[in-house]
Amino acid sequence: MSELLIRHACVVDPVNRISGEIMDLAVRDGRIVESVSDRAEVIDAQGFLTMAGGIDSHTHICGTKVNFGRYMSPEDMRAGRTLKKGQMHSTSGYSVPTTYGNSYRYATMGYTAVLEGAMAPLEARHTHEEFMATPLQDTMANVLFDGNWPVMEAVRDRDVKRVAAIVAWVLTAVKGFAIKITNPGGTEAWGWGKNVTCIRDPVPYFEVTPAEIIETLIRANEILRLPHSVHLHCNNLGTPGNYSCTIGSMDVAPDLNKERQSLYVTHVQFHSYGGTSWKDINSKAHVVADAVNRKPHIVIDMGQMMFGKTTTMTADGPMEFNLYKLHHNKWSNHDVELETGSGIIPVYYSRKSIVNSVMWAIGLELALLIKNPEQCLLATDNPNGSPFVKYPEIIALLMSNPYRQAEIATLPPETESRISLPAIDRELDWNEIAMMTRAGQGRALGLRKLGRGHLGLGAIADIAIYPLSIGAIDPSKEYTRVIEALRLTRYTIKNGKVIARDGEILSNRNKTTIWVRPKIPEQHRMDHDPDFIRNFERYYTVRMSNYPVQEAYVPESTCIETEAVW
Amino acid sequence: MLHEDVVCPFCACLCDDLKVETDNGTIVKVDNACDLGNHKFLRDDNHRLKEPIRRTPSGWTSATLQHAIDRTVEILLGADRPLLYGWSGTHGEAQSIGVHMAEVLGGVIDSTTSVCHGPSILAIQEVGHPGCTLGQVKNRADLVVYWGANPIEAHPRHMSRYTTYTDGFFLDRAFKERKVIVVDIRRTQTAEVADEFILIKKGGDYAVLSALRAIVRGKSDMIPATVAGVTKEQLLRIAEMCKKAKFGAFFFGMGITQTQGKYKNIRNAIELVDELNRHTKFTLTPMRGHYNVYGFNEVCTWMTGYPYAVDFCRGMAFYNPGETSAVDILTRKECDACLVVASDPAAHFPKDAVRHLGEIPTVQIDPYPNTTTAFCELQIPVAVTGIDAQGTSYRMDGVPIRVKSILNRGYPTDTDILGEIYRRIKEAKRV
Repeated sequence: MSELLIRHACVVDPVNRISGEIMDLAVRDGRIVESVSDRAEVIDAQGFLTMAGGIDSHTHICGTKVNFGRYMSPEDMRAGRTLKKGQMHSTSGYSVPTTYGNSYRYATMGYTAVLEGAMAPLEARHTHEEFMATPLQDTMANVLFDGNWPVMEAVRDRDVKRVAAIVAWVLTAVKGFAIKITNPGGTEAWGWGKNVTCIRDPVPYFEVTPAEIIETLIRANEILRLPHSVHLHCNNLGTPGNYSCTIGSMDVAPDLNKERQSLYVTHVQFHSYGGTSWKDINSKAHVVADAVNRKPHIVIDMGQMMFGKTTTMTADGPMEFNLYKLHHNKWSNHDVELETGSGIIPVYYSRKSIVNSVMWAIGLELALLIKNPEQCLLATDNPNGSPFVKYPEIIALLMSNPYRQAEIATLPPETESRISLPAIDRELDWNEIAMMTRAGQGRALGLRKLGRGHLGLGAIADIAIYPLSIGAIDPSKEYTRVIEALRLTRYTIKNGKVIARDGEILSNRNKTTIWVRPKIPEQHRMDHDPDFIRNFERYYTVRMSNYPVQEAYVPESTCIETEAVW
Repeated sequence: MLHEDVVCPFCACLCDDLKVETDNGTIVKVDNACDLGNHKFLRDDNHRLKEPIRRTPSGWTSATLQHAIDRTVEILLGADRPLLYGWSGTHGEAQSIGVHMAEVLGGVIDSTTSVCHGPSILAIQEVGHPGCTLGQVKNRADLVVYWGANPIEAHPRHMSRYTTYTDGFFLDRAFKERKVIVVDIRRTQTAEVADEFILIKKGGDYAVLSALRAIVRGKSDMIPATVAGVTKEQLLRIAEMCKKAKFGAFFFGMGITQTQGKYKNIRNAIELVDELNRHTKFTLTPMRGHYNVYGFNEVCTWMTGYPYAVDFCRGMAFYNPGETSAVDILTRKECDACLVVASDPAAHFPKDAVRHLGEIPTVQIDPYPNTTTAFCELQIPVAVTGIDAQGTSYRMDGVPIRVKSILNRGYPTDTDILGEIYRRIKEAKRV
């Protein structure tokens, strides 16, 4: 039995309606409990801001394309080196750190769980290998279904149960967490160097539309009763005028789940552009925010872009090629048979660029115009919009209108007529920040009931204590102190153990990989389906028996079993 | 006993459809493998070292495993600048221990990459890599280009599993519909089956690639009558074939990475593929050799940020191939001890580098005696990954496959041995 008592914590826990109350938190065997014995280890939180561990619901930290981002960019590796020290391995990388680099930096920012945004099923083993080398966060993986041949065939046949059965087989085989669709249909078209422009374009050969893929997968997701909803990266990312496609995609989503959203739309900043070309690009964040405000069954994340150098990486292969043709630096692409694609290019977001300035404003506008913070989560699509180490700055921008105005003053003057940010004076409070960084993620991922994203009795004792007395400062004016405090926790606690203190890592390993195993009726299982098996063996280049990820790749594993409603 | 869907641990094709029959602890039959794979499975037990061996003034003598491990730990701890080299013939889990070990020792770790596709990686670091998994090629490609590669002899099932001779979803009569272009400085066996064979003068790859790029960009006027022995007429025809293809797949081998021009050749090839993507779909894949040479690059990258040639002497990862790569470290006589794992540097390195291997304490961990054995102080035999050890391996296109253990010959695995050495080093260094 291990016990911990955190005294004088200033707790912000919106799920349990605790808003800046100074209190003690008792922890036994990794869970929050009513009280502990006097033998418990005691930590004095000194009245500092204390929240549940941060959860990143969309980040790229592990797997084939992430590693290729490192592999092709020694210049990025050189830009973020730290020495081997104590229990810490040496790290490399600024925008795409090594696995230890990611893990240590997240840990010292108080993050204890992360969802890898895009895992190609065929290469899932790779993602799990990197998860094993990401020692201090619980890890989950979105599984890509945007160009899955058997799924598209079943969608064409309007057979939603078959879609559900295929998804169940793949998720179980690759030990994945949720359904991800990246540019649905577009990644298959990219196999021929083509793309789809929006949700009504048919996918070459398969003759299904992105809208049909999205809607059918949402229904299949709810048949399987998966913890998370479908996780969508809309078609037409990064194109002027794409906001109408984004809204159209949201319109496709039925409202099927009472406990959480039915559709999670990711990095919406990249999908909220007005205008007809790069010359007249403008923000349509207000229109998109309005749509989200009217649709409680949609949750988005910001996909905030921050100025500076980073690496873009996505399963959206065609988008990356288009971006490459704008930037002319270097381009990698990796299409995955029968499933999906991916692309990578490094970028520099400049505050001298009107386009980049508009992008910067859009992310913030979304967060400030969407009324319910649990419907707009904080993320940068790390590292696409910016590396996650910029989260403290984003939080400060959301909490301080003067900070925003000071930043806007540094942008090209032409930006102002294209954005609405200068006129928005909303300033978020600590409750709302907690909703956007942990509580909302807990709900959106379907993990709240499993004790994540809050500090109620029975919750997992993942706790972040930031060196900031929130009652004593005004974030609107003292935003630099907010940034400073959120960069480095005083304590990060995971499963009741201190894993980081003042930037120093104190644990070798403390994690689990969360994955789902949906149970469907035996006779519908794909491992008994002659068509599925025949096509698998004929068109994949690995044997079906060698495809599933073995237990050896999830030595620390939390399997969520669901019972399908057939 | 019949084992199905066995993964072949020979080349980076990682064919995973082998049927292997074992009887009483030996392999008696192998189906579906090529000659190279067959050889590895069927001749395996003829060649293995039975136990650790150490060199004495009077010749080789056997050593206990305990002694072998003690001595290896002593050598590594006593070294100022140890080199840990090889890694391409073992599983990822062992490679990962190797990288951790290099970090704790402050040593240099490098793989066979630096003498095979190292130049490809340097080119990729300059201009990127438009690639795909091999199934994309199998199901879609109507044009396949092999440049400086001879798969019929080096990757014998490449053409039948992934390219020319395999059925593909989008091709009705795949064999007839797919065209094959082979580029080489000599008429190889692969050239014999090509629809177009381009014979270029030795060292002419860069010029021919540049000419093709110019033609694809619409600048054919500037091309002379011949380029490195290739006629303009043929170059125009090839460029047209590439542009007209629905899906072109470019494969390149060491005939272009290790010839005059080295990484500049690959950069030029990547930029040709890049250019072709403005007309049609084109991808490029290196013909990696060892079955898990790419795995080392993956493991080393997620752990250190760099794919090979990593120097930890300053307490962080430092990468500068040409300075931190094995041949250079050895030739400059910089390292004072060497651990060789799952490779055979003495058979491939320049004479000066090999000589230095013989002058410093060198330990080899490998199932078989090889050329490097002659330069070692100690060799520890281990299980063969894919026969009696399992673990992760990465195919030439980055697809990770778990290779299997199909019998037990009583040997420890690379992971066992390296894990123990690493544990002892950490203990001594109080990590």
